[in-house]
Amino acid sequence: MTIGSMFQGNSKKSQSNLLVLFIFADLINKTMNFPEELKYTKDHEWIRVNGNEATVGITDFAQGELGDIVFIDINTVGQEVAHEGLFGTVEAVKTVSDLFMPVSGKVLEINPKLEANPELVNNDPYGDGWMIKLTITNEAELSNLLSVEDYKKEIGH
Amino acid sequence: MKQTALVDKHIALGAKMVEFAGYNMPVSYTGLNDEHHTVRNNAGIFDVSHMGEFYITGKGALPLIQKVTSNDASVLTPGKVQYSCLPNNDGGIVDDLLVYKINDEKYLLVVNASNMEKDWNWIASHNDTGAVMTNASEETSLLAVQGPKATAILQKLTPVDLNSIPYYNFTIGKFCGVDDVIISCTGYTGAGGFEIYCKNEDAGKFWDAILEAGKEEGIKPAGLGCRDTLRLEMAFCLYGNDIDDTTSPIEAGLGWITKFTKEFTNSKVLLEQKQKGVSRKLVGFRMIEKGIPRHGYEITDAHGNIEGVVTSGTQAPSLQMAIGMGYVKTELSKPGSEIYIKIRDKLIKAIVVKTPFYTQPAK
Repeated sequence: MTIGSMFQGNSKKSQSNLLVLFIFADLINKTMNFPEELKYTKDHEWIRVNGNEATVGITDFAQGELGDIVFIDINTVGQEVAHEGLFGTVEAVKTVSDLFMPVSGKVLEINPKLEANPELVNNDPYGDGWMIKLTITNEAELSNLLSVEDYKKEIGH
Repeated sequence: MKQTALVDKHIALGAKMVEFAGYNMPVSYTGLNDEHHTVRNNAGIFDVSHMGEFYITGKGALPLIQKVTSNDASVLTPGKVQYSCLPNNDGGIVDDLLVYKINDEKYLLVVNASNMEKDWNWIASHNDTGAVMTNASEETSLLAVQGPKATAILQKLTPVDLNSIPYYNFTIGKFCGVDDVIISCTGYTGAGGFEIYCKNEDAGKFWDAILEAGKEEGIKPAGLGCRDTLRLEMAFCLYGNDIDDTTSPIEAGLGWITKFTKEFTNSKVLLEQKQKGVSRKLVGFRMIEKGIPRHGYEITDAHGNIEGVVTSGTQAPSLQMAIGMGYVKTELSKPGSEIYIKIRDKLIKAIVVKTPFYTQPAK
């Protein structure tokens, strides 16, 4: 996502994955929060594993770069989506970003609060701003996720 | 990357910076929505020094401006500003701009940063009237102070009676103790306020003084992000999105700045368009179903047949709804027409509405 593309360019450009957020890595607010107990992806998602189920959201860094989030569009409930497959889209006022599965799984539910209060993702990205719950279909993939230290390195924190 | 005289101020304020039109510019400081509401309700200060400023002087100035612009600059009196555009020879628009009349032989053209070189070359290539062109962009800073409280804030810093300057008028006077500052009752937000043109060396002092003077009123620095949502709520065209080298001013609803009282670039073709009608028009629409339109998305009918394209779109902070602008076939351009926006392969229902989307409440 190049935020410049919100002024000029085409939809394909403005709808790219969260990875491109790295261009802003030098602007990280040092007060950002990354809980120790979570696992992370290079696409700036977090995952909280609980047995063979997991909860997924986007990181504090991601919400900060997206800005005011206004719409979370997820239509994959009940579907099996592969690792790194698209499970939805998050829209901020002027930017669009795709959401990718941290591991393969079946999408069980969407956070029902986000329909009326998408700003929960900005205000509480690891709590009330969670996005989906899923059943893990391939536990071996969990070993590829980033630890909090590795994720912080990824974003130069 | 180029930078404005105020780049250090933006970084010190913690702004999120992005490249825009080759400049390192602040996109937001405290958050887009917060800045948007601050401008609508109180006042915000924008650094828009990336904009281009060309002075056109001499006896040939007006004849040159008349030749290259679509509006009729001969009606201007000193102190008046006019919105206009530079048509090209192919039915499109080179750029949109403001024309300031300083005196009979001195005009200021304010152009988009992204088009500065293109505009300069275009105007220069038509200059057979002996006009003298000066590009003052590099040494000129531009501060836009916008919002219902902007006038009261700025009044603390100038002896000029700001309430006596009507919309689209300007004066050249003393501001913050500096002479010859252009104080212009213009802006790109629909929130009221002024734009201040000054020398780069005065920009930092002005920026600080305005923020200090507006403390009580709750002024905040505002970035390009909310500048875009504010202008879109007013349905003001953005060059590169809603108008470009391929869109005609008649299609874009800019007939009101296309005056056939004189000849100008491509005026015969544009007059024909005005008389015979055009096959597509720029319209405003709002989403009925949930979704946010974005530049480049297709506009379709209920069956998915392509009827046009979205040129701008956003969730509108002051309206709490998703809005957009786009070109549609003329048959679909009437307010009330049902259209669909193709968002991630789904057709999402929208309706054509009258613009502006937002109306400033009466004081």
